[in-house]
Amino acid sequence: MDRIYSLMFAGVGGQGSLLIADITSLAAVQANYDVKQTEVHGVSQRGGSVETHVRFGRKVYSPLVTPGQADVVVGLEKLEALRFAHYANPDSGYVLVNDYEIIPASVANAEKIYPHQVVDHLRSKGFNVIVLPASQIARDLGDGRMANVVMLGGLSNLLPITLETWDKTLRMRIPTRYLEPNLEAFAKGRHLLAVRQPAS
Amino acid sequence: MRELLLANQAIARGAWEGGVKFAAGYPGTPSTEIIETLAARYPETNPRWSANEKVAFEEGMGAAIGGLRVLVTMKHVGLNVAADAFMVFPYSGTNGGFVVVSADDPGMHSSQNEQDNRFLARMGKVPVLEPSDAQECKDFVILGLELSEQFASPVMLRTTTRLAHHKGLVELGERKEVVQAEFIPDPRRFSVPIYRLLRRPEVEKRLHDIQALAETYRLNRVEHADSPIGVVTSGISYQYVKEVLPDAGVLRLGMTFPLPPDLLRSFCAAYPTVYVVEEGEPFIEEYIRSLGITNIIGKELFGVIGEYSPARLGEALGVTKIPTPLKEGINLVMRPPMLCIGCGHRTVFATLRQLKVTVAGDIGCYTMGALPPYEAEHTTFCMGASIGTAVGLERAGHERVVAVIGDSTFIHAGIPSLIDAVYNDSRLTLVILDNSATGMTGSQPHPGAGKNARGEPAPKLDLAELVRATGVQHVTTVDTWQRLEVFRALRKALAHPAPAVVIAQGPCQQLPEMKRRAIVPFLVEQELCTKCEACFKVWCPAIVRDQEGFPFIIASDCTSCTVCAQVCPTEAIRLADEAVTA
Repeated sequence: MDRIYSLMFAGVGGQGSLLIADITSLAAVQANYDVKQTEVHGVSQRGGSVETHVRFGRKVYSPLVTPGQADVVVGLEKLEALRFAHYANPDSGYVLVNDYEIIPASVANAEKIYPHQVVDHLRSKGFNVIVLPASQIARDLGDGRMANVVMLGGLSNLLPITLETWDKTLRMRIPTRYLEPNLEAFAKGRHLLAVRQPAS
Repeated sequence: MRELLLANQAIARGAWEGGVKFAAGYPGTPSTEIIETLAARYPETNPRWSANEKVAFEEGMGAAIGGLRVLVTMKHVGLNVAADAFMVFPYSGTNGGFVVVSADDPGMHSSQNEQDNRFLARMGKVPVLEPSDAQECKDFVILGLELSEQFASPVMLRTTTRLAHHKGLVELGERKEVVQAEFIPDPRRFSVPIYRLLRRPEVEKRLHDIQALAETYRLNRVEHADSPIGVVTSGISYQYVKEVLPDAGVLRLGMTFPLPPDLLRSFCAAYPTVYVVEEGEPFIEEYIRSLGITNIIGKELFGVIGEYSPARLGEALGVTKIPTPLKEGINLVMRPPMLCIGCGHRTVFATLRQLKVTVAGDIGCYTMGALPPYEAEHTTFCMGASIGTAVGLERAGHERVVAVIGDSTFIHAGIPSLIDAVYNDSRLTLVILDNSATGMTGSQPHPGAGKNARGEPAPKLDLAELVRATGVQHVTTVDTWQRLEVFRALRKALAHPAPAVVIAQGPCQQLPEMKRRAIVPFLVEQELCTKCEACFKVWCPAIVRDQEGFPFIIASDCTSCTVCAQVCPTEAIRLADEAVTA
């Protein structure tokens, strides 16, 4: 119980990385952990990189995760996963990546220079990478914007929080009219990773 | 009951529990969420967005000498605007408790400079409280109000970005109503500057008394340890110290001005080496050195620029090896911020670029006009500076200078400059980007928005009438999404021999009513498209390239602003057949 869990959520503004970080923090509160969370983002509302740090445990001091110490880096987009992968613990950490690319609209020639080999590159550097087709699953469920919740479902397998608590928290946090499809998205993501054991 | 709150929300909660009956501020990162939270949840605090920080401070000052408990909020540079009142208020002192939140932004996440406002507090002789977590953010507001009433002094609550923008668990309490203090009009206390000299010794005596309290004040907490290392720290840095040096002795200063000399002497004497860890300038450190204490290490090791973090402390102390971003062998492409999809500023900056003018910019989202692809903003300093800078550049012999300012910034600090430009015979060309919001901080309302902080209807300032009243005769209001209208209006304004103002009107896409509305998106008819690339040059993030090189408009992102359709020479871009609901 003295162990601190450190998570990094990375995505592009508008993808909903803050929402799933919020849900994770609330779930950890429901599970009686001390929790701290912080978000780092630029001046723009949309389109820039967004990073959210979540830490929970018996007693948490810093809200900021230290590079090399995250249990899981959740990348809602591949380039953003690459940008924050070094936060993952090189021995025990996971990089959970959505199989999805967003070309930066604010960079000249971004289509030509975008690195499409992120997953292979991270694996070659020894990272424990798990790729989830979250955006595809979300689209199949009728709304690609739910990719974040599919990813959250995947993440839920790696954290010491019960399914009952996740379910309760999702019901608390997601507006009723969007709840059913999001519960389904969460379940799909959770099922994809269900074979893995919680990090200890 | 405990709730996970953003520290800024905790400050708001503290104001409510502490019986605050008047709250004012001007939006500014990282302070904005305080007034927003008060407006959304705690109407008893009578929260408002004021026209600027000086106005907010003065309204708060009046309410406090009138006997109410008051919270005033602003970012660090906001206190520069309010400094005139801030420096003089301690002379009269307050009746009701008065706390001003100064939210400093080390790392300049959303600011034009780094500035440690503890120095302003020392100059103004105002005590400073620095909480270290969300719970303390709430508690220190209440303690600050009490301290303020005990010494009849305004109190500063200093936060920094990482503190203000982190969430933590906060124990909630009930609101305590406070009896309104009595205001007795007294020119010897509240007016006539010659009497201020008589008040001067009172200011010194009060500081002296607060310093005596600081020696035993419970916010200045000693956590002694059997260790060769002691740490003096404040604010969020305390948390990083506990992470990186869990076994060290710690003096956590909850009040960083005035500082307690005896407590610092005895703490520093108890450890061979004492680190001083504080975000911003060496404020505590220099004071300790002034006491003749030499066994301390501070800024020379941890640095003065930017935010602190456990990683930074760990690396400076050599206890943590920090991995760096993966850049070797792969192109870690940047993803810089950009104007939102459908942002009305786009046409203005595209036009300014086309006209090859020199642009004096201002503070707001539109500072992004300085970045590619526009590169059409050449100076940005501080709130309202665009107009004065443009006037000065023109006097220095630069022709075709355009000042660009947002509506909220114009109301905040641009109006006197415009009056001056007219009065002193300038040929100023000014564009007011009128999006009915204080956009960059999250689309808060302002006096030109027609609603107040609580979303209720409010009198709407008529910018065109205001501009005419300053003596500007050439005033044109255009639809900011009509690129030809914008172009023609700007070209005419530039040719006008006297001051000319173009008001480019169109609501901020982040306003709730804009996000809620049903949108009929545009789409590309591939049969008509010649792949001429004109639409890509609008630089709209909703327009992407498909595998065959055709432009493709992401329907769920399109705001139907029409700009891409206006530039398409073959009319290949047309409205879709049905609306998309957000």
